[in-house]
Amino acid sequence: MSLFALNWKLASFLLLILGTQAAIAQTPPPPTPATDEPELVEFDTSKTRSIAVPALVAPSPADTPAGNSAALGRQIAEVISSDLRASGVFDTQGPNGLRMIGLAEVTAPQFEYWKARPVEQLVQGFVRVGGDGNLTVGCYLYDVGFGNETTRLGFNVPPREWRRAAHKCADAIYARLTGELPFFDSRIAYIAESGPKNKRIKRLAIMDSDGANHRFITNGQSTALTPRFSPSYKSILYLSYVDGNPRIYVYDIDTGRQRLITQSNNPTFAPRWSPDGQTILYSMAVSGNTDVYKISASGNGAPVKLTSSPGIDVGGSFSPDGRQIVFESDRSGSQQIYVMNADGSNQRRISFGAGRYATPEWSPRADLIAFTRIAGDFRVGTMRPDGSGERLLTNSWQDEAPTWAPNGRVIQFFRTAKGSGKASIWQVDLTGSNERQLPTPVDGSDPAWGPILP
Amino acid sequence: MTKNTIKMAALLLASTAFVAGCGKKEVDTLPPEAQGTNYGQTPTADPNANAAGQTIPGSQEDFLQQVGQFGDRILFETDRFNVDAEDQATLQRQAQWLAQYPSTRITVEGHADERGTRDYNLALGERRANSAKNFLVSIGVDASRIQTVSYGKERPSALGSDEQAWAQNRRAVTVTIR
Repeated sequence: MSLFALNWKLASFLLLILGTQAAIAQTPPPPTPATDEPELVEFDTSKTRSIAVPALVAPSPADTPAGNSAALGRQIAEVISSDLRASGVFDTQGPNGLRMIGLAEVTAPQFEYWKARPVEQLVQGFVRVGGDGNLTVGCYLYDVGFGNETTRLGFNVPPREWRRAAHKCADAIYARLTGELPFFDSRIAYIAESGPKNKRIKRLAIMDSDGANHRFITNGQSTALTPRFSPSYKSILYLSYVDGNPRIYVYDIDTGRQRLITQSNNPTFAPRWSPDGQTILYSMAVSGNTDVYKISASGNGAPVKLTSSPGIDVGGSFSPDGRQIVFESDRSGSQQIYVMNADGSNQRRISFGAGRYATPEWSPRADLIAFTRIAGDFRVGTMRPDGSGERLLTNSWQDEAPTWAPNGRVIQFFRTAKGSGKASIWQVDLTGSNERQLPTPVDGSDPAWGPILP
Repeated sequence: MTKNTIKMAALLLASTAFVAGCGKKEVDTLPPEAQGTNYGQTPTADPNANAAGQTIPGSQEDFLQQVGQFGDRILFETDRFNVDAEDQATLQRQAQWLAQYPSTRITVEGHADERGTRDYNLALGERRANSAKNFLVSIGVDASRIQTVSYGKERPSALGSDEQAWAQNRRAVTVTIR
């Protein structure tokens, strides 16, 4: 597929989803036809790419409910720059410290100027307020060394969704320059924590992948744990003690209503969605014995018991094709990771290293399983689905519960501090580099990364 | 209020001596109550205690007085859920009290220490609560009187991040239902 076709498809797809009839950004001049496939770059964070992101141009500044479009041009550039910098793959400049560019420059960059800074890549764009009040955001990526355009995208969004346009632009740049799939335009469900260690207040909360647009969902009167966004982002599975007992509910984001996933007097916990959102995986203890079950997400149908060992079988995560499930079990005497077919057959242990292994999570790219290894300290690592190739990515007192970015190249987890018990959300890439804490308004745990937004 | 505080102190001394006498597992003596330590469901604000400081028979406060302050709980080794001889003695005292108040129902709360993953600890707490329940049933307490709930690692009793605190947090605690 040519670069042109790829970009056109992406842009029109976005326009369709964003529900607009407006034409793609200002009908920019046709992109330079690319004759070759976009080269796939090995994911190598040791090589950072320098990239400049000047403020987007607002040709005729106008007020919107989200602020003046000139201010938005700068804010969009800030989000693009921040996304790319946080990925660890880019050394970003701007928009602060960079000169304002003119509208004519957007499609005709002054390559010699940027080459002299020096910088390898350049992102330019514009923000225009349309007659319908929506923003049209144009986003262009240039290879400064070659002096050519490599990517262009147009978005038409309501002003309140300007951050999404910025994330989509950053995603396109990230994907183009790394060969990896995008992940910035996605959301995270997690548990916001406050209060003393023995009376922690735990609230269900959601936010964008960069911590923006934060929203508390539950008020903290009952403990909430282990949320999971549905693949459609319409609902969230989570555990609540709202009736005094640990039970999994499915919470509908639009209506604010929730229901039990199954009527039972037994405790249910460790919920997961199947990749198609049709099935819910969960654990249930009956007379103290915990097994893994699945049930239709429709609310109809009977639960299917998938494990039956006398030990604790708990957790679980579907492979991206939905055919297999990775889960943990202490049937061998300590927590270890097992894989089974989605019908419960062919259960086999895959973790054999030193210590205990817990919280397995299948990568959306299928190639790896992330886990918590308990050997003294708790560390987050990855292994292949056959158990080979184990790598530890973090090294702290208690790092727990990995969750994958939609592109399967970044992992979030939570870190608990010894003594205080205070928890915080962190992320790290697959090389174990670029570890950083996510900004949350209060302490945070149990992060769950959702898929890329449509 | 002052009376209550004094009584609490006396209780604490008595029960510390009691547990020390038991030589509970590796924890020979419970450490003195650390600052900020909360031993859980203490009856300081029990509405069943009347104004004169008298306990009402069959109340949670009465239960704690009869079984001793730490007689409401049994402790477990890391990742274990078995009820050993000392636990059995504790649960037998609970059963004796329950036999006096046959209409009283209880919840056994299962807990784990912080050095486990969240979901596994929920399962482990449930296992521990069921171990205590099963023993109580085996010595004659009607199963319909006993509920279980697991709090996993969500409600530590001792707040430290050390072996002593973890030993106190791996527990199954019996609480009367009002």
